[in-house]
Amino acid sequence: MSASKQQAHVPQTTGHVWDGDLQEYNNPLPNWWLMAFYASVVFAVIYWFMYPAWPIAGTFTTGFKTITYVNNKGVEKTVHWNTRALLLQETNEAVKAQKPYFDKLSSMSFEQIAKDPEMNSFVLSAGKELFSDNCAPCHQQGGAGKVGFAPNLTDDDWLYGGHFSEINHTITYGRHGYMPPFAGVLTDQQMTELADYILSFEKYPVNPASAEAGNQLFHSETAACYYCHGADAKGRKVIGSANLTDSIWLWANVPAAKTIADKEAAIKTVITGGLNRGVMPTWQGRLSTDQIKLLTVYVHDLGGGQ
Amino acid sequence: MFKHEWLETNIGLLTILTMLAISIGGLVEIAPLFFIKNTVEKVDGVRPYTPLELRGRDIYQREGCYLCHSQMIRPFRDEALRYGHYSLAAESQYDHPFQWGSKRTGPDLARVGKKYSNEWMVAHLVSPRSLVPESVMPNFPWLLTTQLDYSDIEDRMRALRIAGVPYSLTKAEYDANVKKFGKQTADMLDINKARQNLIKQAEDNDYDGDPSNISEMDALVAYLQVLGTMVDFSKYDDDEFVKYR
Repeated sequence: MSASKQQAHVPQTTGHVWDGDLQEYNNPLPNWWLMAFYASVVFAVIYWFMYPAWPIAGTFTTGFKTITYVNNKGVEKTVHWNTRALLLQETNEAVKAQKPYFDKLSSMSFEQIAKDPEMNSFVLSAGKELFSDNCAPCHQQGGAGKVGFAPNLTDDDWLYGGHFSEINHTITYGRHGYMPPFAGVLTDQQMTELADYILSFEKYPVNPASAEAGNQLFHSETAACYYCHGADAKGRKVIGSANLTDSIWLWANVPAAKTIADKEAAIKTVITGGLNRGVMPTWQGRLSTDQIKLLTVYVHDLGGGQ
Repeated sequence: MFKHEWLETNIGLLTILTMLAISIGGLVEIAPLFFIKNTVEKVDGVRPYTPLELRGRDIYQREGCYLCHSQMIRPFRDEALRYGHYSLAAESQYDHPFQWGSKRTGPDLARVGKKYSNEWMVAHLVSPRSLVPESVMPNFPWLLTTQLDYSDIEDRMRALRIAGVPYSLTKAEYDANVKKFGKQTADMLDINKARQNLIKQAEDNDYDGDPSNISEMDALVAYLQVLGTMVDFSKYDDDEFVKYR
């Protein structure tokens, strides 16, 4: 503002005088501000007519604006504007955009999806989102799992089976790991022998006599390990018992234990206390059948097949 | 004739009329919600918390979980994809105070119930970064080692009963609960059996993986595992709750 203009602007007083000489300037609001104010008042009135606004008695004014959506029964409905209907409308649009893919997904077999390059890239991108939201808290980003907590999904060891149908069953219904505790059933000496027997599969330098005693015990009725883990100690997928002969460990952290005695101790902890953990929640109800199917292929891609 | 000068020169009048103007604003915004019939959706399954879950809720508040976690899934597509069905007013009708929250540093917990195993909940509360490396949540290890104090559980339920939560003291109230929630739930809501119910639920479910005692972890996990699980949404059309808006 130039100096001359500033001088030209001589403020008027309101005419009020207090205490003899106390006066009050009258600086009216600029016109552009007043116009914006009146415009917003007009906008508010229009808004009241368009959207839900005023409460009256037991109900409220619903406004003239409407939303049309299709519900899950395929019925088209038009209701007054509200966020719940808006969500349905937006979901409809998104579902429509993804429909060709999901239609294809539900019509194809797992093997076909895995082989189809277009579907496979859909599975990879959509599956990554689903996996991060729902599976990664336990199985970790990337699916490498956590020793002592949740199995690694990228290796070839599958407690309940790594084929499509088995993975699908696991995700749909969930799992619950169980092994009875052997404290009081077996002596400390016997447990050491069993641990040595298991360690001998990995060619750890354990006492051969102790490992052989463990072998006897494993297949005896005293410990009866073979009931669940099988005569070959390779586990049984039907009940999710672990394969003890591969070098993959979920509960006893054998690879991290430095000495043989530590490794034995890690295994003995599991034998002593048993397991009543490894709970995988059931996902049916939370995820749709198609989402579970998509996740199945995604998880299978990580390292399934065995 | 009314003159603005009266207001400006009369502090008493100015105070009274200012308060009047503000309370009209408040009344218009808040009061109608008590009278609009459709605010709370008619839906099956919502029940007050069991004594153990109630103590878990108290611990949730004590530890300030609501400062980072909301319990209010808004009707947005991204929230529906991540958390599930939007929250209903009916689902927090027995919450005093409700835990909707507004600070969303952590994920919304309105439907966290049954999403993870008890074991995950315990491990994660003790040390969140052991499972979610990028988490900024504090550790809460003392929950596991602190015995749950339930000596005043009856008083806590009695207080909520005054606030309108249907915990029963008399035979008539119990019968009304049987009619409304079924016998099994009504038994859990009986203040006279609160203590034994709390102990039984903790022992039966062993939420914290240590059957030898009832820790604060037992209560908190029991509470978290029931969040958002009471309503079976598969029973309703996806637009069932539109008419309540």
